[in-house]
Amino acid sequence: MKKLLFLAGLVLPLQVVANPAQDAYRIAAKQESATFKDFSAQRGQVFYNAKSGDMSCATCHTESPRAQGKHNSTGKDILPLAPATNPERFTDAAKVEKWFKRNCNDVLKRACSAQEKGDFMAYVLSVK
Amino acid sequence: MRKILPLLLALSLISSITLADDGQKYGGENRGKPLQPSQLNSKWLQECGSCHLAFPPGLLPAESWRRVMSGLDKHFGADASLTPDENREITAFLTTHPSNRWTANTAPLRITESNWFKSKHEGKQELPADVWKRPAIKSPANCQACHLDGGKSRFDEDRVSIPK
Repeated sequence: MKKLLFLAGLVLPLQVVANPAQDAYRIAAKQESATFKDFSAQRGQVFYNAKSGDMSCATCHTESPRAQGKHNSTGKDILPLAPATNPERFTDAAKVEKWFKRNCNDVLKRACSAQEKGDFMAYVLSVK
Repeated sequence: MRKILPLLLALSLISSITLADDGQKYGGENRGKPLQPSQLNSKWLQECGSCHLAFPPGLLPAESWRRVMSGLDKHFGADASLTPDENREITAFLTTHPSNRWTANTAPLRITESNWFKSKHEGKQELPADVWKRPAIKSPANCQACHLDGGKSRFDEDRVSIPK
């Protein structure tokens, strides 16, 4: 039993805490594709920095999701995206979806897939 | 009483001139007074205020606000769409408290297109045409870059500092 507890202590801190918004995208991603496996922080990071035209997520949110950003046209400050520096982020699923809808249209000129949204979150949630 | 009568007449004349002035000033495109009601709407503050200053409803006439709020999916180059409930609530707030001094039959989409705004910001020595492009300003929508109390929707001229 002691051994088990010790093992649990080792494993638990490594487990990713479930996020309701991301869980919803996981369900949607399975419906989008029968071959869906999981979200990837690495893919999310590539997506975050990928330019579409002259815009990327990083244009406003900066290269580091930990940092404060700036609105590209109005200059208004944007609070950091990463829960590591802004714990309120990604706690309200409706708000998360509202901003994905807006910003995917702004940057990509199209809606994002559930896979893309989940990958993006995997990356931003993993940033320490 | 005889002495006061001319004074009263003069006063009433002045006030009627001032009233007419309010209606005609800036070709009828004048901002409201007050700029916003004492009771603000929290949705308006939160939603409009996430990308720019939550512009006071008294800066435009009701028809302008209806036009702005019905095209939020293409809002000056950005998707600013809301849920139908949020949109209804914010539209109601804006159109209940529009400019009370706007008499022209116009409804611009941009605050910067109003004669009041232009007369306050154009053709002034301290405001060259390229002032809006300075990195610390970026856009005429960034009121707070120069208006130190802009966050409280106060735009008095003695509380202005223009970044170089």
